[in-house]
Amino acid sequence: MQRALLIDPNTCTGCQQCEMACSYHHEGNFNPSKSRIRVFKFELEGRFVPYTCTQCDEAWCMHACPVDAISINPKTGAKEVSAEACVGCKVCTIACPFGTVNYNSETGKVDKCDLCGGDPDCVKACPTSALSFTYAEEAGMKKMRLWAKETDKGGQVENKAYTEEDIAGYLDQLS
Amino acid sequence: MPWTKKLLRVDLTNGTCESEPLNMDWAKMYLGQRGLATKYFVEECDPKVDPLSPENKLIFATGPLTGTAAPTSGRWSVITKGALTGAIACSNSGGFFGAELKNAGWDMVIFEGKSPNPVYLNINNEEAELKDASALWGRSVWDTEDMLREICGDDNIRCASIGQAGEAQALFAAVVNDKDRAAGRSGVGAVMGSKNLKSIACRGTVGVQVGDPMKFLQASGACVKILKENAVTGEGLPTYGTQVLMNVINEAGALPTHNGSDVQFDGASKIGAEAMAEPRETDGKPNLVSTGACFGCPISCQRVSQMDPNHFAVKGKPKYHGTSGGLEYEAAWALGCATGVSDLEALTYCNFICNEYGMDPISLGSTVGAAMELYKIGAITDNDTGGIALEFGSAEALCKICDQTGLGEGFGREIGLGSRRLCEKYGHPELSMTVKSQEFPAYDPRGIQGMGLTYATSNRGACHLRSYTVASEMLGIPEKTDPLTSDGKAGLVKIFQDLTAAVDSSGTCIFTTFALSADDIAPMVDADLEGEWTSDTLMEIGERIWNLERKFNCAAGFTGADDTLPQRLLKDAAKTGPAEGKVAELDKMLPEYYELRGWTSDGVPSNETISRLNL
Repeated sequence: MQRALLIDPNTCTGCQQCEMACSYHHEGNFNPSKSRIRVFKFELEGRFVPYTCTQCDEAWCMHACPVDAISINPKTGAKEVSAEACVGCKVCTIACPFGTVNYNSETGKVDKCDLCGGDPDCVKACPTSALSFTYAEEAGMKKMRLWAKETDKGGQVENKAYTEEDIAGYLDQLS
Repeated sequence: MPWTKKLLRVDLTNGTCESEPLNMDWAKMYLGQRGLATKYFVEECDPKVDPLSPENKLIFATGPLTGTAAPTSGRWSVITKGALTGAIACSNSGGFFGAELKNAGWDMVIFEGKSPNPVYLNINNEEAELKDASALWGRSVWDTEDMLREICGDDNIRCASIGQAGEAQALFAAVVNDKDRAAGRSGVGAVMGSKNLKSIACRGTVGVQVGDPMKFLQASGACVKILKENAVTGEGLPTYGTQVLMNVINEAGALPTHNGSDVQFDGASKIGAEAMAEPRETDGKPNLVSTGACFGCPISCQRVSQMDPNHFAVKGKPKYHGTSGGLEYEAAWALGCATGVSDLEALTYCNFICNEYGMDPISLGSTVGAAMELYKIGAITDNDTGGIALEFGSAEALCKICDQTGLGEGFGREIGLGSRRLCEKYGHPELSMTVKSQEFPAYDPRGIQGMGLTYATSNRGACHLRSYTVASEMLGIPEKTDPLTSDGKAGLVKIFQDLTAAVDSSGTCIFTTFALSADDIAPMVDADLEGEWTSDTLMEIGERIWNLERKFNCAAGFTGADDTLPQRLLKDAAKTGPAEGKVAELDKMLPEYYELRGWTSDGVPSNETISRLNL
């Protein structure tokens, strides 16, 4: 079963370790400006939100590419850019509604999240478990269960943080 | 490379920026940041220089771990001769500016001279240029950052700026980066203001390399694990922030209150961590909204606060209705306990404007506390204050006088002199709670004896962050010592001072040392840098830095007689709490400390010590 990146902004503290892990994996140095995942700070609301490619099934970027440089990795489901094929036309950056494909002026190619081949380093680097890598089809189950628990209380559930342990525990229950 | 091996020299008088290779012999002896910049400073600057003259220099420095994946790698420092103290000043900050400077490819920036007109330094990787800042002059730190983003056309720039307090050269003006992180102490912002330098706006996309990446990631990963599993760095600080200390220190009878008259504060529980998290009576919302981290930090001690929009300090001022950096323990203590004010919202407001106008909240709060005592005894009157009733406990007076100080207006200009000069001016030098002209922070040495020696011997004037013996005396880190005895504290202070100097030179945060020992940190540095780095190397570098700073201060005119404490701490015993009846026993610790340091009985590093440390 394929997994997906799950982002929990409530737990993010804005430390940018994910950006360092990503840039190290892909560029070989610590360089947030080259990271494919970015943390956005909304300073007047005190919120930190990591954001990256969500690996759409019908990926706009992939369909827009005139040279078929973007393909699906059958193992991970990630839409990957072939550096050999990419001509740097940037059409994919226009097509992507989320802005998560970006041009790299140093290589003349585009960069996007490739899930590190199925074991994303950003998840491992996150000190607060704001990022997790979980089965795509069950990504919403944790929230569902929390809401289910509260359904007959008539009150709102506290929007709490899900730790890796929470998710692992829940996945254990499912299996 | 971990060191970028280049520094930027900015001649403000002539408006030039030149790249220069880093002195690698010095880098190996002083590591980076605090140590290496201090070495450059003492080699280039006359110790007798007037801190606010063009001849003083101002250095912004990163460490070799800054900008790497090492936990807490966002640290950087400002090194100069302090405007408040006339001593060597090294003021550290976190946030994101330091990592950006490193990512732009610079280990440090040295400013010299004085610009004829207000300028800011624009750094874009290897390009650096001084630009006209006349449109920014007179603006707050917050407005300056917003305007620079617009002027530079880049949302990703990181800024370190002064506000109106630095422009007015309030002697405890701070350099503030990322809107709410500050190189706060010793008046480094006043030095920046004296040079007509408003801000550094930096963008770096070069990236940061380490020597042996696989070894480095292993070592830094091990450190992250220790930090996460430690009760202080993995639980206490993330959950409560530094404010976790308010009730603890109050109960220990070591919370200096009403300008150091008492050691316990009955309003403490209203302004601590628990109070910040509780829903307010007025609007049902808590002061604390979320927690934030500096660059690369797994601890995330930063508080993000939002005020009650109907509080008198901000009513009708929407600028203060959003979230911003919340109260840290030291700020809450200075603005609250030193002044007797227990209105959490008022303290939050004053903390906001410390960031906005660029002031050190510790010196500000303590100086206001001293002014309140001068007012109480009639040494200053309504005539002096322009009608502000500076009474202990008055939140209204506190907010008003903080506003005036930040803007350099009214009686605020007098507060901007700092406590020592203010109390001397009004005829009561004994009421100044300072060492080497710098206000001491939130720990009363009568109740935590090690802090007495810490304050007295700190090279930048009274400060908790040169040797935080509270860790041992209150929290049992690395081992528990009795806060009420001065026995053994000389050795403890020395070890803490040396380790702190090394960590402050590495690019990481001293808070890591609640969990990490030099043995944990050394493998990270070793994997990062050329050569062999052990915990012994780090401790030796720390000792070398400490003595270099001391040597500079001696040459600047300080003597052993300046290693003292306010008479109140030495003569007036604590009236309540566990330390009742105790005074600060400095005389029992200082001679032993000098001996351990290898200094003469007058506190001067001996020739033998100087040659042993290759100074």
